[in-house]
Amino acid sequence: MKVTIVGVGQTPFNRNCGVSIRELCFEAFKDALEDLNLTPKEIDASIICSAPEYDRQRSPAGLIAEYLGLNPQPTFLAESICSSSSTGVKVAYSFIKSGLHDIVAVIGFQKMSEISSAEVQERMGRGADIQWESPFGPMMPAGYAMCARAHMQKYGTTEEQLAKVKVKSGKYSLLNPKAMYRRAVTLEECLKARVIASPLKMFDCCANADGASCMILASEEKARKITDTPVSVVGIGAASDTQSTTGRANLTGLNCAIEAGKQAYKMAHITPKDVDVAEVHDCFSIAEIMAYENLGFCKPGKGGKLIEESQTYIGGRIPVNIDGGLLSKGHPIGATGGSQIRTIVLQLQGRAGKTQVDGAEVGLVHNIGGVGLYGNVTILKR
Amino acid sequence: MSFSKFGKIGYVSETKVADFVKHLEKGKIMATRCRKCGQLYFPPRADCPNDLSTDMTWEELSGRCRLLTYTTAHFAPTGFQKDLPYTLALARCEEGVNVYARLNKDINKNETRIGVDLKLTSLRLPDGRITYEFKKA
Repeated sequence: MKVTIVGVGQTPFNRNCGVSIRELCFEAFKDALEDLNLTPKEIDASIICSAPEYDRQRSPAGLIAEYLGLNPQPTFLAESICSSSSTGVKVAYSFIKSGLHDIVAVIGFQKMSEISSAEVQERMGRGADIQWESPFGPMMPAGYAMCARAHMQKYGTTEEQLAKVKVKSGKYSLLNPKAMYRRAVTLEECLKARVIASPLKMFDCCANADGASCMILASEEKARKITDTPVSVVGIGAASDTQSTTGRANLTGLNCAIEAGKQAYKMAHITPKDVDVAEVHDCFSIAEIMAYENLGFCKPGKGGKLIEESQTYIGGRIPVNIDGGLLSKGHPIGATGGSQIRTIVLQLQGRAGKTQVDGAEVGLVHNIGGVGLYGNVTILKR
Repeated sequence: MSFSKFGKIGYVSETKVADFVKHLEKGKIMATRCRKCGQLYFPPRADCPNDLSTDMTWEELSGRCRLLTYTTAHFAPTGFQKDLPYTLALARCEEGVNVYARLNKDINKNETRIGVDLKLTSLRLPDGRITYEFKKA
């Protein structure tokens, strides 16, 4: 029995959404249910995905399920920071495959403006090992910057190559009305931008955002009654790595992504060459370059060359992040994975508009929590 | 024995390896070794996942290490802003364990490169707290 995604939805991502978290989730939920022959009462369970340290509401799953009309069905929170909604999809898949539920809603959200900048800043410092690393003052960009520095040393990757990831992102952001930053940027702008954590500069880094996403998963049998264009979930991989930097065996790639990718490819019975379009977790420019390598789109160390040769643009060997990616869309933690999956589902349904990849049949989503802490790869098929 | 004196800002006060601070006060940077499987741990840990043993012994690190990677931070979490910019580094000790700490500012930009030899030493902060850092070898 196949498990399918029948509907996807997303709010615009922005700096300050101006509505409450339940209202934000309602927008994504409504967007996902549009054109589906499905009512909230027919959904068997909901999984709410969020990094709760950004929430004022304790246990937000209850509040959101109520507002979406999803009582008395079961609901709970799924969390793996930035990959929370991919984790939600994995759980929903298991529910449906086991026969426990037939139709499950996965709703990811983050209202990062819910708390003050100072509070956000304080939480950022505690993303590392709080006993042994946070006392030195690390932030998320510093973790990826250390990967970038090691990658440049080992493979000769350049700051220009990193910047070219953002140049691509800016180009495609113009075609995504839901992206936070819709602006093309030049290589020069990227290279001259202020340093955040060397060698990463402002345009190498994604920005916090408010936003919500929603995916409706259903068994193959139920899907037929809900929509004419279900997309099958054919591969799921998930893995973890050490939270500490000191525990990492690999500084130039993310082992959790390599492992999750292997699992997903095996389950889907495909190889990297079979992927027609991909969404990867470009929270930082170096993260996209490492993703190319970790997913097998190129050999280790050749990620910089792949973007330099424009192979990840539409028309290239493997189009990646052609919705602008996190670098342009913004990164509302719990909503991000759902947004990535939405982009791929629209591609496979042939509904991607100006960014449609001709004949896209197989799509891949790579969604990472923390600095390579939680790795999630999902493969979808038309 | 409390761990709360460790670091510029401490987030953990209670731990089975709080004696680490007592040794650090004497200028010693200690790892732990599992008596059962022989595995050396830094940061030190009280419990070994290889064999679920809690029979650990303290072992001093020589401090001789080599830079694996680094970044100079221009933005900081709450409480660290006054130190900016500072360089965070990961180094490999000759004993085979990795250490995460800041680079002392006496190491200039030109000397900061992957592969350079460093010396890991204890550091007393002006407010009496204690930590460790990398210095020139």
